[in-house]
Amino acid sequence: MSARTRRFEQACVSAGSALVIVYALAPVAWIVSLSLKPAADLGDGRLLPARATLDQYRAVFADPGFAAALVNSLGVASLATALSVALAAAAAYALVRLTFPGRQLLLSAALAVAMFPPVAIIGPLFDLWRVVGLYDTWPGLVLPYMTFTLPLAIWTLTAFFRQIPWELEKAARVDGATRLQAFYRVIVPLAAPGMFAAAVLVFIFAWNDFLFALSLTSTDAARTVPAVIAFFTGSSQFERPAGAIAAASVVVTAPIVVLVAVFEKRIVAGLTAGAVKG
Amino acid sequence: MLDRIGKRFDDGAVAVRDVSCTIRDGELFVLVGPSGCGKSTLLALIVGLETPTEGEIRIDGRRANDVDARDRNMAMVFQSYALYPHMTVRENLAFPLRVARMDRDEIARRVAEAAALLELDGLLDRRPANLSGGQRQRVAMGRAIVRKPAVFLLDEPLSNLDARLREQMRTEVARLQKRLGTTTVFVTHDQAEAMTLGDRVAVLRAGRVEQLGTPRELYDTPVNLFVATFVGAPRMNLMPGRVEGDRAVLPIGDVRLDERLRGALGGRRTFVAGIRPEHLREAGRHASASSVALHATAELVEWLGAETYVHFTVAAQGFDAVRHADARDQRDAGERLSFVARTDGASAAVEDRDVDLAFEPRAVHWFDAATGERLGG
Repeated sequence: MSARTRRFEQACVSAGSALVIVYALAPVAWIVSLSLKPAADLGDGRLLPARATLDQYRAVFADPGFAAALVNSLGVASLATALSVALAAAAAYALVRLTFPGRQLLLSAALAVAMFPPVAIIGPLFDLWRVVGLYDTWPGLVLPYMTFTLPLAIWTLTAFFRQIPWELEKAARVDGATRLQAFYRVIVPLAAPGMFAAAVLVFIFAWNDFLFALSLTSTDAARTVPAVIAFFTGSSQFERPAGAIAAASVVVTAPIVVLVAVFEKRIVAGLTAGAVKG
Repeated sequence: MLDRIGKRFDDGAVAVRDVSCTIRDGELFVLVGPSGCGKSTLLALIVGLETPTEGEIRIDGRRANDVDARDRNMAMVFQSYALYPHMTVRENLAFPLRVARMDRDEIARRVAEAAALLELDGLLDRRPANLSGGQRQRVAMGRAIVRKPAVFLLDEPLSNLDARLREQMRTEVARLQKRLGTTTVFVTHDQAEAMTLGDRVAVLRAGRVEQLGTPRELYDTPVNLFVATFVGAPRMNLMPGRVEGDRAVLPIGDVRLDERLRGALGGRRTFVAGIRPEHLREAGRHASASSVALHATAELVEWLGAETYVHFTVAAQGFDAVRHADARDQRDAGERLSFVARTDGASAAVEDRDVDLAFEPRAVHWFDAATGERLGG
């Protein structure tokens, strides 16, 4: 290949990447811009705000409903993540380490759950939760989040567990560890990157969910940020709430960006080598 | 001790069948066999990672089939070493003690002791990824030693090392075992390792013990063709033979049938004979009245300093081909059988020149042509 075609190829790759980045980040940039504009400038159509102000953020945080929603979001998403990853770890471990009839079927069934459209169960769940008393509570949201993210977590962790040499567990057992000790002292630390990856995915799902949050909550007791944003109104009926919505959106996006930025390294770092020869 | 142990896996594969043996206190017991012979499975049964489907495992006279691995007080070194990659060497060594809830000072003392014994002092804060193969091997040994177990089980611990290091570690393992006096079961596929290390050796094939004895017994009186060819390198020369009158006729020369041999052959007309390379000597230098002379042309001479391997072929027309699976005839198109003789480094053999060899009839091993069993004592 000549240097010229190579340069051309690189140019194409760069241009393509730039296009994707612009396409993906343009709306984000627009929202950030909106969130910084004073209410009067919202319709000016400029990307760079003529006058920047943090008024919208102040307003959003002054809203007691939003503060409560942040707590709800954080609590619900964290709980769902912890439960989902813990259950998935146990399930994935069993799927990898034990041979029992229907193992493949179980994995496929887990995948089928992930394919199931959530919209289809919203109605029944709404009725059920009202009867059982889970409507507008944290567990009422944690349960569906956990359920819908379990398959994803199980598949991710199964892949990670498969890479861990089984001999390590045997060694731990011979060294005097119980099965449980072998699991959490040897297997879990080695699968940590996988656990982080699964946790991040589950957290993002729960954090971003709008459907369940909107349908299964009614008050500040459990309403999460995406749902609360939908109920934003302007400070008067003549004012569009776009600025507040934009500010709130930026606020809820930030933790996800931080989360991915922090854990990406750990995920990419992968397993530390050297367990077995080589 | 193992009593008629059998292991059939869930998928129907039988890995170990009807194995019985007693491993004595303080001895270094070697399980040796080609890959896939069930030796690692046998080890897993002893340590308790697998449960036998037949027979009984007794430890100190007590049935131990269902005793969990963690309660058997045995330590194992895995072929891959199975070091915990997320722990430092120190933590690896301390792991068995920590799960046993030993107190901190005692753990530190024992780790230091093991580290000193295995010369790991400078490496305690490294992780396994930053160790060489030999160092990892020593850490694995150390992790086994710290617990002061009743039995060490070593599963091909040297097979991942390069040749020089392997020999060095082999000596080290033997020395360590003598020093600690701990009963040790050592699994290997390398017959040289088995012979040099073992107090007693069990030769396994296809899940069965073919022969159990001291290295000397295995070498001098192999019970069948499999053991005869498995033990010793270069391997024993095998050839077909038949009885004619008062002589046993072999491609390498005739042997007079004396009383002992006649009894051993027990009326068979054909048989398989074997002779170890070192028993084919250069004539003239070691000749005696009873020795049988043999003239051959040296095809290839391998000089190794202390010894010389002389490869030659012998005509085998008129002899039935050996059909036993463990000793298949490998004669070439010209009906000639390949042999190798091992003589000392002062050998006068030159390639493509005639060489005068001789062997003692007593050194010949006799086997049944059909079953491969040893004939006579």
